Amino acid sequence: MKAPSLHLNDVRKSFGATEIIRGVTLDIAAGERHALIGPNGAGKTTLFNLISGRFEVTSGTIRLDDTRIDTLPPHRINRLGLSRSFQITSIFHRLSVFENLRCSLLWSRGYRYSFWHSLGRQSALNEEAERLLEEINLAGRRDVQAGLLSYAEQRALEIGMTVAGGAAAILLDEPTAGMSNTETEQAIALIRRVTEGRTLLMVEHDMRVVFDLADTITVLVYGQVIASGSPVEIRASRAVQEAYLGAEAA
Amino acid sequence: MVVIGLVLPWLFRDYAHARDNGFMIAMFSQMGMMITFALSYNMLMGEAGLLSFCHAVFFGFGGYCVAHFLNAAGDGGFFLPLELLPLAAGLCGLGLAVVFGAMATKQRTTAFAMITFGIGELAVTAAIMFKHFFGGESGITTDRTNAWSLFGVNYGHGLQVYYLIIVWTLLAALGMYYLRGTPLGRMANACRDNYERAQFVGYDPRMVRFIQFALSGLFAGIAGGLYCITYEIVTYDAVAAPLSGNALLMAFIGGVGSFSGPVIGAILITALQSGLSLMSSSWIVYVGVLFIAMVTFAPTGITGILRAHTPIVRSGRLRALALPYARLLLPCLLVLAGFVGLVEMLSFATIGASEGKTLNLFGLTPDVYAVGPWLIAAAALLVGIAWLRLEARRFQAAWDAAMAGLAPVGGR
Ligand SMILES: Nc1ncnc2c1ncn2[C@@H]1O[C@H](COP(=O)(O)OP(=O)(O)OP(=O)(O)O)[C@@H](O)[C@H]1O
Ligand SMILES: [Mg+2]
Repeated sequence: MKAPSLHLNDVRKSFGATEIIRGVTLDIAAGERHALIGPNGAGKTTLFNLISGRFEVTSGTIRLDDTRIDTLPPHRINRLGLSRSFQITSIFHRLSVFENLRCSLLWSRGYRYSFWHSLGRQSALNEEAERLLEEINLAGRRDVQAGLLSYAEQRALEIGMTVAGGAAAILLDEPTAGMSNTETEQAIALIRRVTEGRTLLMVEHDMRVVFDLADTITVLVYGQVIASGSPVEIRASRAVQEAYLGAEAA
Repeated sequence: MVVIGLVLPWLFRDYAHARDNGFMIAMFSQMGMMITFALSYNMLMGEAGLLSFCHAVFFGFGGYCVAHFLNAAGDGGFFLPLELLPLAAGLCGLGLAVVFGAMATKQRTTAFAMITFGIGELAVTAAIMFKHFFGGESGITTDRTNAWSLFGVNYGHGLQVYYLIIVWTLLAALGMYYLRGTPLGRMANACRDNYERAQFVGYDPRMVRFIQFALSGLFAGIAGGLYCITYEIVTYDAVAAPLSGNALLMAFIGGVGSFSGPVIGAILITALQSGLSLMSSSWIVYVGVLFIAMVTFAPTGITGILRAHTPIVRSGRLRALALPYARLLLPCLLVLAGFVGLVEMLSFATIGASEGKTLNLFGLTPDVYAVGPWLIAAAALLVGIAWLRLEARRFQAAWDAAMAGLAPVGGR
C-alpha cells in the first residue's frame, strides 16, 4: 500500500460552548514521520479523535490523499488504511494476547464478517499473528488474557494492534508513556521498523524520542498550531521555546 | 455426550414390563431442545455480551411455522420430511431475527435490552391477536405424523422423537461450536470486550452483532421446531417473556463464559423443573432463589466455579480444599432445610391446606398453625446463615492459601 498524505483544513471542534480545536490546518506528506507535541490539554488526543473518526468535526475538512474522511465512521476510515492507537490503552481485555492481534488482522486480510472460515486453519493469518507477537516481544505471553498483562505489556500490545492491519497511515497517541527506558527504546525501534515507508503521526512527550524519530514536528498549544517544521527549526523557534519547550528546559 | 444421550432412555427402561420410562424420555427430550435453546441464547449473552429478553420469539416462531408446515402436509400441500422440519423452523427463526435484529442491534447495552423486551411483548400481543396464524390463546395444534419420513419412521413413539431431537441438538451444538472459532464469532467476543476498539480494527460492531443475532435466531428456531414436533401444540407461551427468561436462567446458572455452561444449565434447570415440580408446588421459588444466589455469589456460573479450580487441580493442591468444602456442607444443609421448611409451610398454609392435602416435610407432618415448627425452621435458617458465614470466611482463607502463587484462569 502506498503511503498517503493527510490534510487538515481549518478543523474546529467544540464540546458545548468551549472550542477545544480552534482552526487547525496541517499537511502531513506521504511517508513522513510527523510528531505532534504540545502541553497537556492542548487538544492532541482530540485531534486524533477527529482524524480517526471517533469524534465528528464541528467544521473544517480532513482528507486522506484525496478522500474526505471527516464524514466517515471510524471503521470506514480504518479500512481506507488509517489506523490509530489510544493514549488510554484500549484492548480486548478478555481475549488472549494472540487473539487480540489476530482480531486486529482480520479485516485487512479480507475475512470481513465470515462465519464459515475456521480461524484455526488460516495458516497465513496465524503465522502473521505469531510474527507480530514476536515483534512486540510478547511471545512468552501469547495465551494470557490481555486484561491481565502488566501496563507496559498492554502498551506494547496496543502498538501491535495498531500496526497489525498494515495501515499505510498510522496515528500513535503517546505510545511510550509510562514505559521504562529500555521498554521505550524497544518500542521506538519497533515503531521505526513498522512505519518504514508509511505515514506516521505521533503524539509524544519525550523530547529525545521526538527529535530522534520525527522528520517534521508540529506544536499544538491551546487548540492551535503555533509552529510546524523540521526538528532543527522547532528547536530554534522562539514561540515554541516560550510556549512549551522553555518550561521543560528551565 | 452422544453415547450418553443414546443410552440414557434404556437406563430408565422398565424391563420387567418391557416399557420405556415415558417421564424420563419426555424430560430428556425437553433437555435436548433446551440445550439448543440455551446455547443459542449464549451466542448473544456470553459470546457477544448482549442481554436479550426476546429470544423466545424466535423459538416460538420456529414452532408456529412447523405447526403450519405439518398441518399443510396433512392437506398434502407440503413436501419436506419431518427430519428436515427443524431446519425449516431454523430458517423461519433466522428470517424473523433478521427483521428484529436490524432494529435491536442498532442500539447498545440498556437500550438494546429495552428494545428486545419490547419485541418480546409485541410478539405475545401479536400471537394473541392474529388468530389466523397463531391460533389466539389456545394456540395451534398439529400432528407430527402428517409429515413423511426420510427413513420410513412414523414417529408415533416418544423414543423416536427423542432420537430426532438428539441428532438435531448435536448438529446445532456443533454448528454453534464452529461459529465460535470463525472471524465473526471472534469479533463478537471482541465487540463484547471493547465495542469502540473493534471499530478501529475495521469492523462495524453493529454489523457483527446483527449477524450474530440473526444466527442465534436460526438456532433458537431449530429448538422451537423440535418443541413443536414433540408436543404437537404451540401457544403464545412459546414466544413469551418467561421462556426468554428461562434461556437467560439456563445460560447464566450453567455459566456464560464457556461453551459447556449453557448445556449444563439447560440440563440442570430442566431437571429441576421436571423433578422439583413433582415434589413441591413452590419449585419456582427455589429456582428463583438459586438464580439470585448464583448472581450474587457465583456470577461465573457452575462452569465458572469449576474452571476457577483448574490452577489448584494442576498444582495438586485440591486436597487442601476437601476439608473446608466438607465443613461448608453442614451449614448449607441447615440453611436449605430452614428455608425449605418456611417456604413449604407458607405455601401449605396459603394454598395447600384449602386443597385438602397433607404437608409432608422431610418425613414429618408439622402443624402449620402452631408456632413451634415456624420457630424451628426460622432458627435453622438464621443459625445456618451465621454458621455459613463463619465457615465461608475459613473457606476463603483456605482458598487463598491454595491459590497462593498461582495465576487465575482467564476467559476467552
Ligand atoms: N469528550 C470530551 N468532552 C468534553 N471535553 C473534552 C472531551 N475530550 C477532551 N476534552 C477536553 O479537551 C481538552 C483537550 O483534551 P485532549 O485530551 O485532547 O488533550 P491532550 O493534548 O491530548 O492532553 P494530554 O497531553 O494530557 O493527553 C481538555 O481540556 C479536555 O478536558
Ligand atoms: Mg492526550
